[in-house]
Amino acid sequence: MNRKIRILIGKPGLDGHDRGAKYIARALRDAGMEVVYTGIRQTPEAIADAAIQEDVDFVGISLLSGAHNHLFPEVARILREKDASDIILFGGGVIPEEDIPGLKEAGYSAIFTPGTPAAEVVEFINDQMEKRQ
Amino acid sequence: MLSTTDIISGITKGSIRAVARALSKVENGTPDAIDLLDAIFASQRGFTIGVTGPPGAGKSTLVNRMITRYRNSGNSVGVIAVDPSSPFTGGALLGDRIRMQSHATDSKVFIRSMGSRGHLGGLSGATRDASIVLSAAGYTPVIIETVGVGQAEVEVAGLADITLLVLVPGLGDDVQSMKAGIMEIGDIIVLNKSDRSGIDQLENYVKASLDLMPAGLKRPEVVRVSAANGEGLEDLWGAVDRLSATHSEKDKILRSAVKTMNQILQENGILFSEKLLELEYNGRETVEKLILAGRLTPYAVGKKLLERAERMFEHNGSK
Repeated sequence: MNRKIRILIGKPGLDGHDRGAKYIARALRDAGMEVVYTGIRQTPEAIADAAIQEDVDFVGISLLSGAHNHLFPEVARILREKDASDIILFGGGVIPEEDIPGLKEAGYSAIFTPGTPAAEVVEFINDQMEKRQ
Repeated sequence: MLSTTDIISGITKGSIRAVARALSKVENGTPDAIDLLDAIFASQRGFTIGVTGPPGAGKSTLVNRMITRYRNSGNSVGVIAVDPSSPFTGGALLGDRIRMQSHATDSKVFIRSMGSRGHLGGLSGATRDASIVLSAAGYTPVIIETVGVGQAEVEVAGLADITLLVLVPGLGDDVQSMKAGIMEIGDIIVLNKSDRSGIDQLENYVKASLDLMPAGLKRPEVVRVSAANGEGLEDLWGAVDRLSATHSEKDKILRSAVKTMNQILQENGILFSEKLLELEYNGRETVEKLILAGRLTPYAVGKKLLERAERMFEHNGSK
């Protein structure tokens, strides 16, 4: 057996600021994970479809435009609809504290705001994998 | 959780989730992966196209064009895109989808990114089995994009029915194209970025090098394209179709079955050797220590294992 943790990092919506997404992708790669990066300006459908084809364990979504309350739940909804609610979701970006409970309600296990050390994201992923086994 | 039986029937019905799970099983080498491959092997339908070339040659952009081409003729298309895994952490950044975004929500296009996971040769250890899964699920063609290759990663040619070698101007002088290896594996040599300066020179080098090919080898076609702006693509598709027409689908699958068997024999050889190592030396780690300590040579190990195997065969009766 040669199992690797697989993660998709996606950027929905219209903002093109993908430095955060790339930073996290790189950090997860260096933690020994396989990271599929899909690029900027993805629709929620495109992210969900890619996650299913790639059979990832996690989907991480980065957004800085402020449309998270719409786009984050949308990805979760499509994954549920396509019978893929076992994929663990997390998000990151400029997200006000008061929006976080709603996003967790929508199916996100963690939301990381600016300044979060990459090690914290790695730890979150390892914890979730352990819980799953 | 899908059972192996669910996955097998799902693949032949074209269920995306089942195909995705099957690909993970072959990639991770789960115990039921062999049974799964055995069950679907005969359902393969299509042919495979390998796309290889140095990093930055435009392989993903060309694959993106190729997807459009086959989608326009009504085919479902499978893509396996291999990117390198870190030899130190085992991690990988798989970014080939970025250039294939125009097909992101097309349910008839299945793109799977794979890390090479320590496998050398331009592919991952599971690429062949993954292409069998996609083919059995009705994706035809299955396009295999290798990692960016150097001079000797020629494995894709042994796997694909048609191999495209993508080259671009500016990668070196004519001595590079004289070296054995990568230049010999393309059924078609694609000279990409035809809008760049240096393209004439590249074509001259490549053609001059092909002129010196030993008699009896099939000379590859050379096609100039710009994958980015679409120039020359019709010529390329023509060349691909001419090659693909020389074998029937059935023929290709049977030929690939023989190749697959030969590869499986090699893989089994490694597995048997591991078992023999276990019996003879308590496993690889111990024998590695002995070699590092200078107490054994690699040849002595090989000989000892063969002797052990022979004794075992004699003991059990060879007939």
